[in-house]
Amino acid sequence: MSSFKIFEVAGSGMSAQSVRLNTTASNLANADSVSGDPNQVYKARHPLFEAVRAGLGANAATSGVSVKGIVENQAAPAARYEPGNPLADANGYVYAPNVNTVEEMVDMISASRSYQNNVEVMNTAKEMMLATLRLGQ
Amino acid sequence: MPVNLDTYLGVHAAALKVRSQRTEVLAANLANADTPNYRARDIDFKSALAAASGDKAGGVHLATTSAGHIGAANVNGTSAPELKYRVPLAPSLDGNTVDTQLEQAAFAENSVRYQATLTFLNAKFRGLLTAITGQ
Repeated sequence: MSSFKIFEVAGSGMSAQSVRLNTTASNLANADSVSGDPNQVYKARHPLFEAVRAGLGANAATSGVSVKGIVENQAAPAARYEPGNPLADANGYVYAPNVNTVEEMVDMISASRSYQNNVEVMNTAKEMMLATLRLGQ
Repeated sequence: MPVNLDTYLGVHAAALKVRSQRTEVLAANLANADTPNYRARDIDFKSALAAASGDKAGGVHLATTSAGHIGAANVNGTSAPELKYRVPLAPSLDGNTVDTQLEQAAFAENSVRYQATLTFLNAKFRGLLTAITGQ
């Protein structure tokens, strides 16, 4: 039955959004992980979403979501002058990650709303299928 | 009088199928609400139902100009309805044309209409059962 593909599609959406929530959590947790080396410092990570055909054949009209990969933000880290910091380099600078906490919070809200959307879709599809099974009773 | 279940159920059996296919397409739209370059799609219910219930007016058909020609029922050859792309009201910069609110509304509407079709089918079956049991 084709309705089972709804679970596949909504499930792929939920899994993609949870990857997004995971990267947001990682970015927010590491927002203050300073380093003495600008090349070693944490870089903000974001997932890349891609639409993939769900199922094969002529009915492959619907697309699920897959995470194509996680990309690191290549913006330069912010240098802070903290000579007292044990991690500071020879010039007294530490490098803070290029994590924009405001952006991450907004991303988090968006991811959680999208996740909820997919849950609702799944619930509705489930109810519709159960109602179909009760047909004629 | 023999009862043909297909004609007895009328358009509702085909409608239920198209509604379920539309649910699938709308679910895919909602799942891909954050996918770059994803284009939201939808099923034109009227033409899909016409094609599903074998109406000649809907869908694409081969023209038969001679008595010897064999007309194909549907050039697509499948029962899959034609998918159309949504015209975005405000496309986003990443090329995604999913409007979540619009899709949610369409999904809710579609699911209510699915339940309505189920109610019609239920009534039909109940009528049949009454006729069978004679009570």
